[in-house]
Amino acid sequence: MSTPLSIDALLIAACAWLAVGLCGLAAPRNTRFISKILFPLGALVGMLVGLTALAALGGPAQTAVLAIGLPDLPFHLRLDKLSALFALLLGFAAAGISIFAAGYFREGEGTAPGVLCLEYHAFLASMLMVLLADDAYAFMVAWETMALSSFFLVTTNHQHAEIRRAGFLYLLIAHIGAIAILLSFGVMTGGAGDYSFAGMRAQELSPFWASAAFLLALAGFGAKAGLVPLHVWLPEAHPAAPSPVSAMMSGVMLKTAIYGLLRVSFDLLHTTIWWWGVVALGVGLVTALFGVLYSTVQSDMKRLLAYSSIENIGLIAVGIGLTLIFHAYRMESLAALAMTAVLYHCLAHSAFKSLLFLCTGSVLHSTKERSLGKLGGLIHRMPWVAWLALAGVIASAGLPPLSGFVSEWLLLQSFLFSPGLPHPWLNMVVPVAAALVVLVAALAGFAMVKFYGIIFLGQMREPGLKDAHDAGNWEKAGLAWLALITLLLGILPSTVILRIDAATRQLLGTGLADKLHEQGWWMLAPISPERASYEPMIFLVTIASTLLLGRWLVRYLYHGRVRRTTAWDCGYYFQGPRAQDTAEGFSQPIRRIFEPMFRMLRHFPTARDTAPHYSVKVEDHFWYWLYLPLARLAARLSTLIATLQGGRIAVYLMYSFITLLVLLLVARP
Amino acid sequence: MISISGLLGQAFAILLALALAPLLSGWVGQCRAWLQSRSAPPLLQPYYMLQKLFHKDVVLAHGASSLFRVAPFVVFGCMVLACAIIPTLSTDLPLAPAADALALVGVFGLARIFISLAAMDVGTSFGSLGGRREMLIGFLAEPALLMVIFTLAMIAQSTSVATIVETLAHRELVIYPSLAFAGIAFTFVSFAENARVPVDNPATHLELTMIHEAMILEYSGRHLALLEWAASLKLYAYSCLGLALFFPWGIAPGDSFLALVAAIPLLLFKLSIGGFLLAVIETISAKMRIFRAPEFLGTAFMLAVLGLLVRLLLEARV
Amino acid sequence: MSSAIPFSAQLINLFAAVILLLAFAMLAQRRILALVNLFALQGLTLCLATLVAAVTTSQVHLYYSAGLTFMLKVLLLPWILHRLVRKLNVKSEVEALINIPTTMLVGIVLVMVAFNVALPISELSHTITRGTLGIALAVVMLAFLMMITRQKAITQVVGFLSMENGLFLAATSATYGMPMVVELGIALDVLVGVIILGVFFFQIRDQFDSLDIRNMEQLKDN
Repeated sequence: MSTPLSIDALLIAACAWLAVGLCGLAAPRNTRFISKILFPLGALVGMLVGLTALAALGGPAQTAVLAIGLPDLPFHLRLDKLSALFALLLGFAAAGISIFAAGYFREGEGTAPGVLCLEYHAFLASMLMVLLADDAYAFMVAWETMALSSFFLVTTNHQHAEIRRAGFLYLLIAHIGAIAILLSFGVMTGGAGDYSFAGMRAQELSPFWASAAFLLALAGFGAKAGLVPLHVWLPEAHPAAPSPVSAMMSGVMLKTAIYGLLRVSFDLLHTTIWWWGVVALGVGLVTALFGVLYSTVQSDMKRLLAYSSIENIGLIAVGIGLTLIFHAYRMESLAALAMTAVLYHCLAHSAFKSLLFLCTGSVLHSTKERSLGKLGGLIHRMPWVAWLALAGVIASAGLPPLSGFVSEWLLLQSFLFSPGLPHPWLNMVVPVAAALVVLVAALAGFAMVKFYGIIFLGQMREPGLKDAHDAGNWEKAGLAWLALITLLLGILPSTVILRIDAATRQLLGTGLADKLHEQGWWMLAPISPERASYEPMIFLVTIASTLLLGRWLVRYLYHGRVRRTTAWDCGYYFQGPRAQDTAEGFSQPIRRIFEPMFRMLRHFPTARDTAPHYSVKVEDHFWYWLYLPLARLAARLSTLIATLQGGRIAVYLMYSFITLLVLLLVARP
Repeated sequence: MISISGLLGQAFAILLALALAPLLSGWVGQCRAWLQSRSAPPLLQPYYMLQKLFHKDVVLAHGASSLFRVAPFVVFGCMVLACAIIPTLSTDLPLAPAADALALVGVFGLARIFISLAAMDVGTSFGSLGGRREMLIGFLAEPALLMVIFTLAMIAQSTSVATIVETLAHRELVIYPSLAFAGIAFTFVSFAENARVPVDNPATHLELTMIHEAMILEYSGRHLALLEWAASLKLYAYSCLGLALFFPWGIAPGDSFLALVAAIPLLLFKLSIGGFLLAVIETISAKMRIFRAPEFLGTAFMLAVLGLLVRLLLEARV
Repeated sequence: MSSAIPFSAQLINLFAAVILLLAFAMLAQRRILALVNLFALQGLTLCLATLVAAVTTSQVHLYYSAGLTFMLKVLLLPWILHRLVRKLNVKSEVEALINIPTTMLVGIVLVMVAFNVALPISELSHTITRGTLGIALAVVMLAFLMMITRQKAITQVVGFLSMENGLFLAATSATYGMPMVVELGIALDVLVGVIILGVFFFQIRDQFDSLDIRNMEQLKDN
């Protein structure tokens, strides 16, 4: 079913995205043209990318050489199963986000819409190129283009100092990550000087250098993905960016980092050493727990989601770690199970997190508020957004029958086999790690109830919210598309895994497909139906039919009368919106139980305050323990070096001359 | 594959759950009253209450949204599904493959999310308090529950509830020390999950100590009836799960009609003993402060982990 | 697979698991009298485990040591401790230096360490109950942890005694008990130790009006 031209089609799509972006420059201030014509065009291209990639998943790997770039250094491109899977993710997520963006971007402060359109589509095209690149050179060019275009997108509202600061932080960490990736590629060439991925695959590295390459790749891609301790840019950059951009970054860009990590650790490197998996597992667990704890205590809805993305990336890293451990011990079918969980979670997260970010965009547009403390009750004014957000919330909380649960279920199933590991410590420690995964999932439920309950439910906390209006049709279409993906990923796991399986098989040599083929499409039983099974369709149908039958029976046997009155609330008289939990109040139990995890600045009123005021601010320990000391160190070193800077050109020339002289003397063969 | 008798057995199990669940709640209430030297309400009191509530009009608060009205049905549906996949009489359940033990935790989680959201919907102080506390108990209980499931799944080499019960019920007499740990941990978790005394008091309306009651404060009429029914179904589900996992004797293995009939009195007997013990524990223990709950459930988690480790040390190597 | 273990060994495993459980319960216990009772219960379980081992292997000295355990750890020592607690009017709350959930988390880690450390050792042993060696080691470590994290001198004594329980279990499980002379010697040691400590408690309390061991920090030379 694959066409031999899939890779060409994807290249054309990348060009088309660039062309759409350039069209934006033609009329940079014509908002109508840009939003109603160019963004839908971009969405259409995204859809085509998704469909092409879907077709390419079934076919053989294709290569192409693009004669741009430096002389003698053309871009090597390759579309294999892994690239195709992530291109699929990119295409379908981009389709939904672009459709939403058609309704979202309006005339406003900050970057002109035309320029924004160019940045946005260049961002999409560069992500596609990252996935297609088959040599380190093309990869790094695409990677840096992606970082730069997203930097400009983050700083769309560049007149605010805090947004410029967030953008700078993002760019800084992106560059540190890029350096690590570059070094990792350098190690993997093994000194042969062949920077194509094929050349790297051919290298046989010693365990030491392979480990160095893996750790560098983990650090580099981890910086992009948001693994602790390189996560600090994420909660700054995501809230700063416009919502479709946050959705794109969180839903898709983080996955390109996961793609890179998978590419390096399972494709380019031959050997796998078990402790790599332990490192990834440990970092992933810390990241997941850190992310979810911080996401529960946030008061800004986009920051809450940003931390939740950190959590999900952590879970993905846990899955990668588990895969590496199984792979190192040659337990390939178990590795395939864990790998499927990883890839499934990538897909699921890209849909539901984009959905949630876009919902915050609609709320933001409609109310001009980002702070949870000033929202509430929006389900009455924005029923569409509220009900579609509910799908994202349930998926994000990792609950059946939606998508988040499937990957979590697969991950836990693979954890169940970890006692079989032939290593005396791992087989005891790793199963207990599963409990942490569940703790993270349950805390994610807490965070999501907070997110949804405080934004959409309850009474409106500010009088201005009465004028809120539901999202427009474009926005609704984008949200509905992503919610549909979330639903389908949730209820058709077997069908989806049969597609994913091509990528798993390519990386590990084995997959789950044989088992799944024997069973019906409605059933997910990766090992055997006796061992474990999950049938989300039956699940959904049972609950839905009970729901409908129950409703009908109650109405038939009794009645359906309803009366309205004021709330009871144990008879308390004051029931204003300020009697509800605030965002801070809702997360108080978490702050109390996990107190050492947070750096809290609290201000308590005294008994004599005439205007009592309570405030709590939660900050990141890492910022104070790691980043500020590093920044101070850098500043101190710079002042030391600054003494060299005398201002006289003759002295500068002398420095160069001395350096040259020393080099000539020292560096002799 | 799916047989007619299996389907009938499944339908019967669901109907039995729907019918028996309020009775179990009534029985526990009655035992509690006896133990506390009060005169007990009639055994059938929960049925009278359901009947009365279904007849009454629903009185909705002004701020209630459609989510508030849907939630009771969703919660009820989740509990029915849970009762359908837990083997009570027989392990031959056509619905059982729909959700294994991990997905069962998910079913309870889904119900929890909906009821917490509904509690926050009207926007009263007690509602959000209840929702917040329920989620707190939830994230503390779930890891412990999962470790219990892991231990059992390792013994049975399966996470399917029916397979686990079959393995445990029809084995030769082998003592699994890990099961003792898992059993105690499971008991702790089910106390917390069912809003029973050391963690929550199902009979309280004292404002600051409520968890479950605080969430359903604004409900009335048929919605309240469904939620009450769902709560007793949850108690029933947890009781049956505990009985099936730790005292699995008497559950019919297949579609034998006689075994099925024989299983009913045994189930009633086991449930009445279990209910009585629940009442005893509720009577002799005092309700904890809410921030002691993490310690209580932390202990459950430790026990479950210990069970897992003991399983790995003592039983797996042979 | 499990049918390979004989029934008596399963029973001993069960008792060992219960001893571990009780060690954790002691770690989590907040009341001193309950702590002493748990200790007595641990002794009883240990006694039962020894008895089962005695019946299975029909080694006479195991019967003696079971009897000794019963007399000493189930009856005599708990009685002495009860008396001490009453006489000294110790406040019933156990005060922990680290809060209890954290202690328990550390306890879990210790159990993992113990299990893994004991694994290669138990391979050397040929008794039917060698699996319990890991548990015995874990009990010793947990008792140590209790002694480290508690402030009251009495809880430290209980920790010390519970540690002895662990060692005893290790001896029983690895080699079917120590020679009788050694066992008697240890039993006497423990008894005398507790009596002396009891006398010490009175002295400490007279000196500081409290049994809080932090007071003893003042005793060092400056």
